[in-house]
Amino acid sequence: MLFPLPSPAAPPRVVITGAGIVTALGTGWKPNAEGFRAGRRAFRHVSLFDVSRQRAKVAAEVDLPATLPPTSLNARQIARLDRAGAMLLLAAHEAWRQARWESAENLPLVLGTTAGGMTLGEAYFRQALQTPLRKRRQPTRAVYYQAQVQARMVLDALNFSGPITIISNACASGSNAVGHAWDLIRSGQAECVFAGGYDALSELVFSGFDALQALSPTVCRPFDARRDGLALGEGAAMIALETLDRARRRNAPILGELIAYSASIDHHHLTQPHPQGDTTLNVMRQACATAGIAPGDVDYVNAHGTGTVLNDSSEAIAIGRWAGSRTATLPVSSTKANVGHLLGAAGAVEAVICLMALREQWLPTQGAFESPDPACNFPIVNKPRDARINVALSNSFGFGGVNATLIFRRWT
Amino acid sequence: MSRIVVAGLGAVSPAGWNVAALREALAKGEPLPVQSIERPGWQKLLRARVVPNPAVRPEFLAHPRLRRTSPVTHYAAAAALEATACLRTSPEVKRRVGLIVCLQAGCVQYTCRFFDETLKNPATASPLLFPETVYAAPGSHIAALLKDVTLVYSLVGDPSSFLQGVVLGAQWLEEKRADACLVIGAEELNWILADALRYFDRSAILTCGAGALCLCRESEIAAGVELAAITDAHTYSVRRNRNEAARNMRRQLEGGAAGELLCDGLGGSSRTDEAERAAWKDWSGSRLSPKRILGEGMMASAAWQCVAACDAVANGRSAAANISLVGSNQQAIGARFVRTGPSISHLSAGGDAGNIRT
Repeated sequence: MLFPLPSPAAPPRVVITGAGIVTALGTGWKPNAEGFRAGRRAFRHVSLFDVSRQRAKVAAEVDLPATLPPTSLNARQIARLDRAGAMLLLAAHEAWRQARWESAENLPLVLGTTAGGMTLGEAYFRQALQTPLRKRRQPTRAVYYQAQVQARMVLDALNFSGPITIISNACASGSNAVGHAWDLIRSGQAECVFAGGYDALSELVFSGFDALQALSPTVCRPFDARRDGLALGEGAAMIALETLDRARRRNAPILGELIAYSASIDHHHLTQPHPQGDTTLNVMRQACATAGIAPGDVDYVNAHGTGTVLNDSSEAIAIGRWAGSRTATLPVSSTKANVGHLLGAAGAVEAVICLMALREQWLPTQGAFESPDPACNFPIVNKPRDARINVALSNSFGFGGVNATLIFRRWT
Repeated sequence: MSRIVVAGLGAVSPAGWNVAALREALAKGEPLPVQSIERPGWQKLLRARVVPNPAVRPEFLAHPRLRRTSPVTHYAAAAALEATACLRTSPEVKRRVGLIVCLQAGCVQYTCRFFDETLKNPATASPLLFPETVYAAPGSHIAALLKDVTLVYSLVGDPSSFLQGVVLGAQWLEEKRADACLVIGAEELNWILADALRYFDRSAILTCGAGALCLCRESEIAAGVELAAITDAHTYSVRRNRNEAARNMRRQLEGGAAGELLCDGLGGSSRTDEAERAAWKDWSGSRLSPKRILGEGMMASAAWQCVAACDAVANGRSAAANISLVGSNQQAIGARFVRTGPSISHLSAGGDAGNIRT
């Protein structure tokens, strides 16, 4: 039963035993780890739809493999997957195999997304307007554009069942999904949870950010004094979370430990953060309190860092207020400079980047950065370097004001 | 573990802008009038039940954050204000409110408008529309309106996920992250949704609106209704179809005695109702089927089922109520609410037994 809830008990430690990632840098841990370590950028002229009348012309598009990995999906189901669903499946398959999980009952799946199968929705809309009497493929599009149906494909592909939760808190969705998974395990509602985020590029979303003049017409340079906007990307990341006890019982390799999650709401504006970063400051403080650590214990911050003027100044001020004297030496980067803003996938992808950094002991290199914004008093990691990292913090903020912070610890 | 009780209810439906109007429509038991909506490129009109314009323009629409919002936010905000009226009776008591907004289709009106503008000429597509297309927009606006909201989640899924929102609210209360939790289910309608619905159920009539439950731990503001149980989420898959999921949900819920109510999701279509009808064939208590009166409101329908059930229990018409949510393409989940303590007037008194069939 989902309710009554389990009686409160000492919260278990939560570890990560599997991670899967798809970005424009590649499919899987290895190409992404190499790319983020080197600070590679993966933008190109948009090929998925016409951008000739848009201000911005580039995005970080994923090159999908010709064939998907073998799963329990049949040919008909695979044919119905859209781009977003395919990326989700690729990330899920990698994380599942790495975790060595097997067919299970009652395994919760928590996903963050902003658009689900938006490209199918767009196709439905176009056909309904342009050829209103033509019905071909419309029922399939109407079903498969829905995020919960894409989530069910993950269950079917990997042979497990359990409750599906789809969180759509705009660009914080991926972090909220990972954080909600952590909550479910800590509260005793589950011993393991499969969580992550995904979003594919779509014409509607690209046009929306372009209309807001939020897309950079030049180069996305988070925290740079001359920054002029964000760049969009697409991708997916999935994480296998479980109690430390369960991982030990299974003898599973542990990639890292999730030691805190915090979320809050910024009432300031639908699309603009509080200029002094009040809510960001609060979620970072709350997360540290939960983890029982101080800012001085944090070795790396993966910032939300979209590259917009308002986000980056607000976040920079918040980081400075939170970190205090540690600010001047705290390594920070925004990997959105490398693979773009992945919207509902961003928080989950950046969680996996933190796990890579903790596991392989290097700092993720921001792909573009020249001169710091005056509010940015911390060092931006813009050259590849190895480092001793025990604790990494990841920020995510979304339209609507949801702020989320995750903190990961190295597993040795 | 704390007990989770209902502190307030709210509803906007084709019957009107409050719970009393919903109750009255259900009590009459007659399907509400159907309106026609245009579909581009077709001579034939589509059928829908729309929310009537309010007699007086709601004051909250003057709030700066709500001026440009679409109907789904208006409905959700009105239901939220009604459900949280109990929290404003003692303004000196500051309560941290958790907000969970559940949606299936979400902000379809502005989404279609914006995409239409994009296809015509992206250079002139309105930047005012785009932020209102995201699922998180209604929750953000309501948080700004209510002011005391400290945490907001927007959940997307088929209508059964409304009960997952209730579980999440209970979790936030249990962990003391919030002092009250508002769970809202809301939808708006347009031609594209009505068009899509026809592919799956030609007899269904699309509708829109919102329903809201305000939950809290035991306190003086409780309204005499307690959350007793929510079943597992019985997810559909290649290995478990809708019929089996509905049966498994039914097995986890007790009840059926005289004086108890089943608030189900039957809408009158033999095909889409089949799984739910079979699962509850043993039910011997009263039944209430809001969709027969109001239409198919997706997440709003799920919320109305919960509101109607809690209202029946709060006002003494039923000792307990089961809610059956056999979703369209995700899962089957059920819930049980029971009576606790005396009836409280702030859920508004009176009303008949709805379209309860015994």
